Amino acid sequence: MTAGDPRTRVGLPGWLLVPAAVGAAFVLLPLVAIVLRTPWGRFVELITSESAREALLLSLRTSSIATVTCVLLGVPMAVVLARTSWRGLGVLRSLVLLPLVLPPVVGGIALLYTFGRRGLLGESFEVLGLQIAFSTTAVVLAQTFVALPFLVVSLEGALRTSGQRYEVIAASLGAGPTTVFRRVTMPLVLPGLVSGTVLAFARALGEFGATITFAGSLEGVTRTLPLEIYLRRETDAQGAVALSLVLVVVAILVIGFARQGRSSV
Amino acid sequence: MTLEYDALVADRGVELAFEVAAGETVALLGPNGSGKSTVLSVISGLLRPDRARVVLDGRVLTELGDSGREVFVAPHDRRVASLAQEPLLFPHLSVLDNVAFGPRSGGSTKSASREAAQHWLAEVGIADLADRRPDQVSGGQAQRAAVARALAAEPRLLLLDEPMAALDVAVTPALRQLLRHVLADRTAIVVTHDVLDALLLADRVIVLEDGRVVERGASTEVLTRPRSAFAARIAGLNLVAGTWRDGAVQAGNGRRIAGEAADPAPADGDPAVAVFSPAAVAVFRSAPGGSPRNAFEVTVTELEPQHGHVRVRAGELSADVTAQSVAELDLAPGVPAVFAVKATEVSVYPT
Repeated sequence: MTAGDPRTRVGLPGWLLVPAAVGAAFVLLPLVAIVLRTPWGRFVELITSESAREALLLSLRTSSIATVTCVLLGVPMAVVLARTSWRGLGVLRSLVLLPLVLPPVVGGIALLYTFGRRGLLGESFEVLGLQIAFSTTAVVLAQTFVALPFLVVSLEGALRTSGQRYEVIAASLGAGPTTVFRRVTMPLVLPGLVSGTVLAFARALGEFGATITFAGSLEGVTRTLPLEIYLRRETDAQGAVALSLVLVVVAILVIGFARQGRSSV
Repeated sequence: MTLEYDALVADRGVELAFEVAAGETVALLGPNGSGKSTVLSVISGLLRPDRARVVLDGRVLTELGDSGREVFVAPHDRRVASLAQEPLLFPHLSVLDNVAFGPRSGGSTKSASREAAQHWLAEVGIADLADRRPDQVSGGQAQRAAVARALAAEPRLLLLDEPMAALDVAVTPALRQLLRHVLADRTAIVVTHDVLDALLLADRVIVLEDGRVVERGASTEVLTRPRSAFAARIAGLNLVAGTWRDGAVQAGNGRRIAGEAADPAPADGDPAVAVFSPAAVAVFRSAPGGSPRNAFEVTVTELEPQHGHVRVRAGELSADVTAQSVAELDLAPGVPAVFAVKATEVSVYPT
């Protein structure tokens, strides 16, 4: 409580402000550059062009599905990681969270050799008549792969912080494990779940490397907004800047949303 | 309703057995690390002992070790409710829904659960706070709500783990009174550091030290005549039971002890008990001047050196004095003396 109170703070060394200001400028200046270079006169026209709209809608659709998948799989994962203890759990946690630090393009290669035509599971899917690689499904898988750890990490942290005391009380009042999970555990970590979900959505929306490797860049099928921006940069720099600004705005909204979720803890 | 407890938790070095009779409240006393919390964890099913037999009302809750049969009932299926130091009201539910949580989990409908919750909130005297959020009530009110929540679950056994330790001293007496009322005909175990809790809430006391039972018996017996080192340190109180009349407890042997009645005060003619610490008792050879309201002529029966002082016993009463005073007053068993205690040092509780 007192940590944020300016009256009780001890003095900072003055020289610290210089690198801090340089760092902040380093992060903020590129954003300013984008805003300055945006062709405002053609802005609406650029971001509503056929291909831009298609890319944006595809991005929103796939990121939403990926986010829902992340919640469905990530919540149980976080609960198991936070609430159980057994040998090998620590190693498993590190491995499951690997996509956080793995270069996305490597993730894409890995997905290709799992779900691709000659991949680990690909042949089984082939028998069922399903082809995943280079489809919209592949986009969703790539986004889920990179975004899942964000949700798991932030929810696991929230679960650990909230502790088990309320769950123990709930059980002593006669609530079975499912009731405890539904009526106590989840409501208590809701802010953590919200900010984790928002982070996962943002990560999915920005996904590039794994998508282009595993799903390719077919217009209307797998060409999401980040891919569209990258391709336009060659032929239509102004269009690329305008679309980038759209993603910047989305990112700012996401951060605002995540902060709100966190501050209501 | 009875509880049979017999368990060994090897890595904590706790091995003990005891029983709680139907409707009885037992206090577990003991220093930190003596095994009190371990016992509660075993009973509520949060801890799997190495060997155990825990039976509540004829139903085996935990049976591990010796016999081939293994039973371990899940915590939510034991009908054992707990009350901790902190109220731990679910922060996302209203006070009413907190109390309704137990009945709802037990399968009651939403409206029936809320009705039951209203009843228990009225029972603990906070019916008007039903719609508040837990962060909108005081610590004492929250603990009352926690009591109501535990009772609403209709447990067969109630475990109280220092239920008043985290409360403001100003609200402790009222809550203690509530618990006295609530525990009167319930089977319960109270872990406490507070002598008054043990005295006023419990019928019997079990003293633990290093994971073993070192002393057990009726509360008044153990607390006035403690034999174990721990009980002696926290207890050894003077305790005079009688009838409350005109601001004093009238004892059977003719003694009148003036004192300050705790809230709520007993009515005239009600049974009451006067409690005061031996350290509050001054010892004289003859009646002191200035006539303190409480001066009793006694005969010294025993001198018992304790660290830093000497406990002078005279029948049921005792006084703590310095070794120097013992010498100056020339105290010895058989010697007549006068015990004096200020009325402000005497607490009176209804019994």
